[in-house]
Amino acid sequence: MEAFIDPFIDNAFMLRALLAGVLVAIACAVIGTFVVLRGLAFIGDALAHGVLPGIAAAILLGLPGMLGAAVGAVVMIAGVTLVTSRSRLSSDTAIGLLFVAMLALGVVIVSTSEAFQGDLVAILFGQILGTGTEEVIVMAIATVVVVTLAMAASRPFLLLSFDPEQADVAGFPSRRYHSLMMLLVALTVVVAFQTVGTLLVFGMLLAPAATGALLASHTRSMMLIAVVVGSVSTYLGLLASYHYDVAASATIVLVAVGIFFAVLLLTNLSRPGRSNGRTDISTGEMHP
Amino acid sequence: MTAIEARDLSIGYRGEVVVPDVELTVQEGGSLALVGTNGSGKSTFIRTLVGLLPVLSGSMRVLGQAPGRSPARLAYLSQFHESGYILPIRAIDVVRMARYATLGLFGRARGEDADLVDWAMEVMDVTILRNRPLRDLSGGQRQRVYLANVLAHRADLIVLDEPTAGLDAAGRERYLDAMAAELQRGAALVTATHDIGEAVEYHQVLLLARRVVALGSGADVLTPDKLMETFGIVISDPHEEHRGRFTVAERTHGSPQTIETRPPAE
Repeated sequence: MEAFIDPFIDNAFMLRALLAGVLVAIACAVIGTFVVLRGLAFIGDALAHGVLPGIAAAILLGLPGMLGAAVGAVVMIAGVTLVTSRSRLSSDTAIGLLFVAMLALGVVIVSTSEAFQGDLVAILFGQILGTGTEEVIVMAIATVVVVTLAMAASRPFLLLSFDPEQADVAGFPSRRYHSLMMLLVALTVVVAFQTVGTLLVFGMLLAPAATGALLASHTRSMMLIAVVVGSVSTYLGLLASYHYDVAASATIVLVAVGIFFAVLLLTNLSRPGRSNGRTDISTGEMHP
Repeated sequence: MTAIEARDLSIGYRGEVVVPDVELTVQEGGSLALVGTNGSGKSTFIRTLVGLLPVLSGSMRVLGQAPGRSPARLAYLSQFHESGYILPIRAIDVVRMARYATLGLFGRARGEDADLVDWAMEVMDVTILRNRPLRDLSGGQRQRVYLANVLAHRADLIVLDEPTAGLDAAGRERYLDAMAAELQRGAALVTATHDIGEAVEYHQVLLLARRVVALGSGADVLTPDKLMETFGIVISDPHEEHRGRFTVAERTHGSPQTIETRPPAE
């Protein structure tokens, strides 16, 4: 039993890491639910990678990484909005190109300074074990903001997930609430990169929420399941990292994605009559 | 009170006019059927009416205001394009959404909201499905749930785009009865439909073919000549004993429809 609890009691850094991880798990669960429901995974991915040059530039200038990440996210959202509204190309293409450009820009900035080498790994894969008290407080505030705003806008967010036109007709302008949703995704990514890194934050955003989507019958239970999956993944990942000396952030994400696939497998096995419950796009009929 | 008033109205999208010169008035408790092929301007009219598309020129008043300004008084059912979405949402959640426009962001749902939701599900006979995930329902069951959502609005203006798509005969019957009751209650109804048999029952029928072909009562408007202008292919039955029967063949939608009109008085 001690092996499961003691690491967090004996080591303040482990406790801070667990706190930070759970806070990130909560923010990711709430906003990840809407990302999954609205099929915005690719935008979430792009945002997660798009913050890299911002963080790199901030470190180069001696500013806090989170500030740089925030600027990077705003640039990314503005870029995506501009390209999708002005271009005939599908938004996938536009976002994909922006995402590559931001990633490349990040590496170019990093390559200008020798001092970056260690930092780059921390940016990409997180340094959850190095989370300070101050950072935990910032994360707590950000998590409260994300959860409060998402709850306040839960009606328009649900309408938006169901059918954006219904949101418009019901008096909730879909564009405004879409922007708010993007902003919350960005805020989540910005605070989460510290714990799981920009490459892995995407996993925390999607895997717990997607697990919720497999099991839940309505959005609130989907969020609750996502919070549990995210928190359990954080705990197990940290524990494994402590006992077996493996990379903490990567292990956390690996556990979360592992849980998703395990649930996917189990739900499919337990419903043999409904191979995967998918609906035929052309007819809307269920296929047995 | 007038529900809809269009004067010298041009509708379209991206600045391009699809239907010019629309003049019509729909009174409280009045009904209007929009009939035409795909691309004729039915959906454009409906999307302008609910405020999703701007008025290109002329004027349109909806419930005494500019389109889109009375969300709590309007119910809109669009042509849903089923996309194998994974939205974990129960049938009852879909119907509850009908109350959001009235409740706003923070308004607490009261007993009367819950009563309306229960009543609407009862009317469309989907009470038994209330806790079932939407994604597990058949196309016809889903359409009934969407129609229950429309009823739960308790709207002054109901706007439907192809509402009978996917409905079985029993569902269609319930839908027709429910809309008759809504009209009785004083709500106005606008429906885009391919079902000429349904359109005949409306107070007014607007035939569209990227222009207004005709506007008037079903008996005046749903004639072989005007339907010919609207759809392109109309076959009259040449047999003497079938005088007054003609068939509208529409390329894009299902089987041809045969319409019986009263033989002219001899």
